[in-house]
Amino acid sequence: MRRIYLDYAATTPTRPEVVKAMLGYFTDAFGNPSSLYSCGQETKGAVEEARGKVAALIGARDEEIVFTSGGTEADNFAIKGVAFANESKGNHIITSSIEHHAVIETCKFLEGRGFIVTYLPVDKYGLVDPDDIKQAITGKTVLISVMHASNEIGTIEPIAEIGKIAREAGAYFHTDAVQTLGHIPVDVNELGVDLLSMSAHKLYGPKGVGALYIRKCTGLVPFMHGGEQERRRRASTENVPGIVGFGTAAELAQPEMDGETERLTYLRDQLIKGLMERIDHTHLNGHPLKRLPNNVNVSVNYVEGESMVLNLDLESICVSTGSACSSSSLEPSHVLLAMGFSPEQAHGSLRFSLGKWTTEEDISRVLEVLPRIVAKLRAMSPLLKSHR
Amino acid sequence: MTKTQPLYSEKVMEHFNNPRNVGEMGNPDGIGHVGNPVCGDIMELYIKVNNGTTVDSKFKTFGCGAAIATSSMVTEMVKGKSIEEALKILKRAVAEALGGLPPIKMHCSSLAEEALKSAIEDYLSKSKGE
Repeated sequence: MRRIYLDYAATTPTRPEVVKAMLGYFTDAFGNPSSLYSCGQETKGAVEEARGKVAALIGARDEEIVFTSGGTEADNFAIKGVAFANESKGNHIITSSIEHHAVIETCKFLEGRGFIVTYLPVDKYGLVDPDDIKQAITGKTVLISVMHASNEIGTIEPIAEIGKIAREAGAYFHTDAVQTLGHIPVDVNELGVDLLSMSAHKLYGPKGVGALYIRKCTGLVPFMHGGEQERRRRASTENVPGIVGFGTAAELAQPEMDGETERLTYLRDQLIKGLMERIDHTHLNGHPLKRLPNNVNVSVNYVEGESMVLNLDLESICVSTGSACSSSSLEPSHVLLAMGFSPEQAHGSLRFSLGKWTTEEDISRVLEVLPRIVAKLRAMSPLLKSHR
Repeated sequence: MTKTQPLYSEKVMEHFNNPRNVGEMGNPDGIGHVGNPVCGDIMELYIKVNNGTTVDSKFKTFGCGAAIATSSMVTEMVKGKSIEEALKILKRAVAEALGGLPPIKMHCSSLAEEALKSAIEDYLSKSKGE
């Protein structure tokens, strides 16, 4: 059976063009970019070229990009970096209750170190209200962190509006753009952000590489110590092949973005419509319009998410419950709970995320298979009877 | 490529895919209802008892793969057993019969044990009243 992969929000395959661009940097051009001789300078050039490509994708200057090991590191770096560098100015951080764990857990870590964190609520679509941000700001607020779009429910947050509020308040503003980079326009000046987290493997680049955009003059402490790399902000020998791959992925994403958005939005809406028509007691989670072009998140009442995922896997269809990171946790999704869902509804969520190789045929296959699976699981669900 | 490491054993997947004894039971002699929606697993287990022997058992479960497989397995294990023997079916035995469970899913086998105990207690309290 042909495998149907619908979990592009968890990770994407690396594009063949990207792999090709990387290969030479494992074997021939293996020099350390910090070395003075020519084969070191060659890889230094490759890193700087990649930096330029990533910067171009977000409208930043080259020197404002710091390569990291991925999105999680970028989030950790941004939040701890600003918090520790600005302790003398204040100890208050504002974030939302639906952030990725890389943000939430970092904030919790800081709470144990004397920082005060406000976790703002969201509405039933998962949207943060900019007015809530305004209300939450105090004289001690040093950082605001709100994700560009939710990895789980696909809702796109009003980042530009929040950016203005942050600027007026004089607080640094960070956004996790891991799910949007390369998929919808991301411009650091239009969004008004000071820090922005990126990950290569969500846009057909390799795993193990990401970046943090740091606006010029943003005060933050280095993430790693022990070398001159990345303008002393992140010591460690550069992951040259990974960085080259990230640059290539960024370069390829830009010209394809509009076409892909249109194609994926069509497929996304076909899937949503088909699921609602074919499976009763099913709801779309997240905002119907302010939504990533590739995200479909639904709650299927009376059945549990993992049992649907396993059944779909037996049919060679790869999807996830909520986010991939929470798949081994027993807790219902913190995102859906924050949106006001009951725990059993939150346990019955499924996330489909579409991508470059998703076809109309794939969507038809899901629509043919899932109703059967849900019927089978509902037949054994003790919840259904009590709701009749 | 290295071999994949599946989350569940073949036996778990087999029971998950073809669960035995699914459904409600007309006039059961005992019903066990355990779990809660917060943890994501709810089990309902029914038993039919004849002359002190469990002659039939059925279940309905809302939960993950392990919850469904353990429900299926425990209903198979209890059939033909006396009430005394049925009370000795412990979570470990259910998990072992399924070829093991991942550590994070061991609570599902506890839930199966509890569901069975709860059904037996229900049966015993009813038969005492008669």
